[in-house]
Amino acid sequence: MTDSGLTISVAPLVAKHPPMPGGRCMPYLLGVAVLLAIVGSLLLGAYPMPFDQAVTIVAHLAWPGPLPDDPSWNIKELTVIQTVRLPRVLVATLAGMGLGMAGAALQGVMRNPLVGPDLVGVTSGAAFGGVLAMLFGWPPIGVVGLAFVGGLLAMGLTFTLARLARNGGNGMALILAGVFIGAFFIALVGLVQFVAPDVKLPGMVYWLLGSFIGVDAQKVFMIAIPTLGGGAVLMLLRWRINLLSLGDLDAASLGVDVRWLRWLVIAVVSLIVAAQVSVAGVIGWVGLVVPHLARMLVGPDHRRLLPASALLGGLFVLGLDDVTRTIVRGELPVGVLSALVGTPFICFLFWKTQTKGWSDQ
Amino acid sequence: MNNTALAFDGLGHAYLPERWIFRGYRAAVTRGRVFALLGPNGRGKTTLLKILLGALQPSEGEIQVHGRIAFVPQLFQVSFDYSALDMVLMGRARKIGLFTQPVPADEEAALQALERFGMAHAAHRPFHEMSGGQRQLVIFARALVAEADILILDEPTSALDLKNQGIVLEWIAKLRDEGLTVLFTTHHPHHAHAVADDALLMFSERDYACGPVDEVLTEAHLLRLYGVPLRQVAFEYEGKALASLVPVHGSLRRLPVAG
Repeated sequence: MTDSGLTISVAPLVAKHPPMPGGRCMPYLLGVAVLLAIVGSLLLGAYPMPFDQAVTIVAHLAWPGPLPDDPSWNIKELTVIQTVRLPRVLVATLAGMGLGMAGAALQGVMRNPLVGPDLVGVTSGAAFGGVLAMLFGWPPIGVVGLAFVGGLLAMGLTFTLARLARNGGNGMALILAGVFIGAFFIALVGLVQFVAPDVKLPGMVYWLLGSFIGVDAQKVFMIAIPTLGGGAVLMLLRWRINLLSLGDLDAASLGVDVRWLRWLVIAVVSLIVAAQVSVAGVIGWVGLVVPHLARMLVGPDHRRLLPASALLGGLFVLGLDDVTRTIVRGELPVGVLSALVGTPFICFLFWKTQTKGWSDQ
Repeated sequence: MNNTALAFDGLGHAYLPERWIFRGYRAAVTRGRVFALLGPNGRGKTTLLKILLGALQPSEGEIQVHGRIAFVPQLFQVSFDYSALDMVLMGRARKIGLFTQPVPADEEAALQALERFGMAHAAHRPFHEMSGGQRQLVIFARALVAEADILILDEPTSALDLKNQGIVLEWIAKLRDEGLTVLFTTHHPHHAHAVADDALLMFSERDYACGPVDEVLTEAHLLRLYGVPLRQVAFEYEGKALASLVPVHGSLRRLPVAG
């Protein structure tokens, strides 16, 4: 009997990463690295910021009290941290964390290490919502809101289409539905760009490329609530994702309600991805690349893989954003850089899996 | 006490209206016995198995399951390179809450189950790197930690070499002797003959034979089932009188005739 589950790979595909010695403490090390990266990123930028100043200001912002009589920092430094760097650093970290764990969870429940969160159509739906709001001339919060609605709408349509398929419970129907719905929304994005007046077009294009420019405290909350809330659900379900990564029949025989649990995980993943796109545009490839890197560090068990992917994703996107705003002057969109870094990596994986084979079979 | 582990009556399934895979099937699997399910490719063994596992709703008929089922799939492939211990641990799914993670006691139970099958030394080895026979034993261990009473195996010997086929068949007999009920599908009538107590032969949509192996695994039935003649061959091995089933293919090599 063959399993009814999906395989969209063209060769036998097993993500082979032997568990590394010390893999168990890796998530803790990554946690420390993320904290250090956040502090380090606050120091980077055109305005010079000493380490102790940055730490004192963040401490003051984290535990707000009355303004000290003679603070060691000046109001300009406070403004730089509070309104420019901290929101941006937090949004970049949260976006990376969300994409990393969304990718790891999705690869697990789809039983395929070569799928990414972009494949369930959410990214395209959110992109359409965002550009539509820009066409209407809505304020940034409106762009975020409509992008979010667009993402959820695309997800809903993908789910509905997949449910209509005869084997709607399996992952292949969902992936195909996601590809079709995604293509439709990409066409709608093109349509909006076509009818948009010249003055609005550059803003749309830049937003679609993915960037953390101009994020503020409001956007921090817009991304933090779905990412941390959805992330908490994924973390609680992380061992169940191991079970979902077996065949459907096999998982069902172990007492798992496969269909319901898979929909739940994908709904949470969609929520997280929609939140990311709505706040910072399309940052592709992170959700595909980061789980592979994390698997190399901690092995395939989702109990460790999910936290590691979240932290590594945060580190990855924060690092990319630091590069775009410091080394590459003129603010290269982070979505462009993530694709420039991510695609060669995926090509390497493709070469390894499809020409050499992951497995010795 | 009900002595039936699994039973179905008037069972039928059609994926498309009036295109019956099978219809009116009736059988009972007795507790503590091995039951073999035989039929040519496409006869509906997989469909029947899915129905028994509760993964497919039958078009008609009734099923009774008295006990907890564990399933051992055929050709076990995993997309991620879990260790043998991770695989066995998954058998604890029913005992672990939806939003909770396994605790050390669960890992201990998984390790003990591996030890039971002589696989504790390979607990941390990647499952994917194991031989077919070893994988099958790991999945047996997983069924053990699931505390199942009924083991359903889908072609458990199909991808194994002769030695590993023997090991798996011996384990099936051993688990039966310990009180487990085992149901397995197979394309090898001699495997059913070797370890099963009862068998169901799926001849056609409405035609089947079910009963003790000695009664149903006859040469006439097997010819009807596969369209290939089989002969029961008796021989002596280590002082014991034994018998097995051998297919008679047209191109079989003939013994040299003396003289």
